[in-house]
Amino acid sequence: MKYLLHFRKKIISIGLHFAMLIVSVIALLPFLWMLSASFMSTGEASSFPPRFIPQHFTFDQYLFLFQRMNLGRAFTNSLILAVSVTVVSLIVNSLAGFAFSKFSFRGKRPIFVFLLSSMIIPGQVTMLPVFLLLNKLGLLNTYFGIIFPGMASIFAIFLINQYLKGIPDSLIEAARIDGASNFSIYWRIIVPLAKPVLVTLALFTFMGTWNDFLWPLIVMTKEEMYTLPVALNNLLGEHALDPELMMAGSVITIMPVLIVFMFLQRYYIQGILIGGVKE
Amino acid sequence: MRQKFYTPYFFLAPALGTLLIFFFLPVAAAFLMSFTDFDIYSLGSLNRARFIFMGNYFRLLNDPLFWKALLNTCYFVLVGGPLTIAVSLLAAIGLNSRLLHFKNWFRLAFFMPVITTLVAVAVVWRYLYHPRFGAVNYLLSLIGIESVNWLGDPHWAMPAIIILAIWKNFGYHMMIFLAGLQAIPEYLYEAARLDGAGWWRQFRHVTLPQLAPTTFFVTVMTIIGYFQFFAEPYVMTQGGPLNSTLSIVLYLYNQGFRWWQMGYASSIAFVLFVIVFIIAILQLAMRKRQEK
Repeated sequence: MKYLLHFRKKIISIGLHFAMLIVSVIALLPFLWMLSASFMSTGEASSFPPRFIPQHFTFDQYLFLFQRMNLGRAFTNSLILAVSVTVVSLIVNSLAGFAFSKFSFRGKRPIFVFLLSSMIIPGQVTMLPVFLLLNKLGLLNTYFGIIFPGMASIFAIFLINQYLKGIPDSLIEAARIDGASNFSIYWRIIVPLAKPVLVTLALFTFMGTWNDFLWPLIVMTKEEMYTLPVALNNLLGEHALDPELMMAGSVITIMPVLIVFMFLQRYYIQGILIGGVKE
Repeated sequence: MRQKFYTPYFFLAPALGTLLIFFFLPVAAAFLMSFTDFDIYSLGSLNRARFIFMGNYFRLLNDPLFWKALLNTCYFVLVGGPLTIAVSLLAAIGLNSRLLHFKNWFRLAFFMPVITTLVAVAVVWRYLYHPRFGAVNYLLSLIGIESVNWLGDPHWAMPAIIILAIWKNFGYHMMIFLAGLQAIPEYLYEAARLDGAGWWRQFRHVTLPQLAPTTFFVTVMTIIGYFQFFAEPYVMTQGGPLNSTLSIVLYLYNQGFRWWQMGYASSIAFVLFVIVFIIAILQLAMRKRQEK
């Protein structure tokens, strides 16, 4: 009997591993094909059955993208935007989170409730007026057209506020008695203590800005200002019949977020869970 | 804490100022715009836009393309949403099993689609769905299914996009489910086993009820997120064939930024807002009832 139970467990375990393996293959196969097709010479990926190993391994597609299609410029734009939105929004949101969590002031509660309840408004509602505003200010096709609207996030303020509430006020009181200014309290106490939540937010903001499509598509209409996703979509317009080239472009677009994620995986998963538990 | 009265406002100013200029005022402006005939001529001089009261909303009622977009979006949400949640839950249960080895590797694999750029993977899937050379049809041919013209056939284009969406998103919700599963106390399962409950009854009477708040949260998030899908059809089908993948946000984009019917597009944006708002209210009401 005991042996039989053990045997049953073994079968279930094998079945489970097999099922998970299949799901993993489905999850990864598109990436494998993308990567191998990107190293194929033109025309090679259009074959039946689909090929997963390049016959003539070549960097031609990548060279073409960087030398002729100016994808390096789009890469630089994406990088500049993702980094600056991340840095600026972290500062702006953490200052606000600091104010909400460690100060009492008139209107605090109503402002906070108002902010939270407006999180329900879908971002698409603001697209048209913000576009008109940026047009008036001459900020279309500039980095500011993406940085300004991305500077503040209600969700980020909320997360930082929640986190800072857990930090005892006595630390701040002690610093104040030592004569520390509010700004030095922010910089020397709040920011270092809030590091875990700030790293998580930084990761989400970086990846979110890098991956964003709709807003850059609207704001950046000149080719030299395209971000990678917009440039990739544009490339598809001219080179839809060159899968090898398009796959190389996809690899370039995906690689940076993948690398950042590999290093900071732990923080990303934490972020999902905070968002998941809190909402 | 002693302080000058303006200190907190000083710290709040950058965030609140940004939100005011780039969020709250635009929401108000969009609301006003939805009652005007703001179009490409108004871009040059604002006073060319005229108030037409509910004109845009009446026009929406009689706009077959809008209804098509709304219907397509509901199709995407109502079919794609439950499927995504089901796959996420199954994957989470598998990952949570004590019998499973290499958990971190599986988790990483399931997570790859989540973190990667939607536009890039949509481009990749465009080729995977190629009727002649695509890997999808090749794999189907191995199990004897005839080739499907995924993105070229109005019946198959939306299912194709739904499959992409499930593939892209299930890992995210899986993580939330996983956390929920791990929070279920072990003694509940032990008690169920003592009562002679098998795998299915444990799942039905312990896992599902215990997981209800998580499932609820995931469902609402998925519905609201899926109502706003845009990049998948934009990159893969441009809303075609025969508008079978035209989504609300894609239609909004086309009206507002392709045809510069910005007043009309604003009214579409507000319809989207109302839909999302109703879902949120329903969620609140249902949660209240659950708590009672």
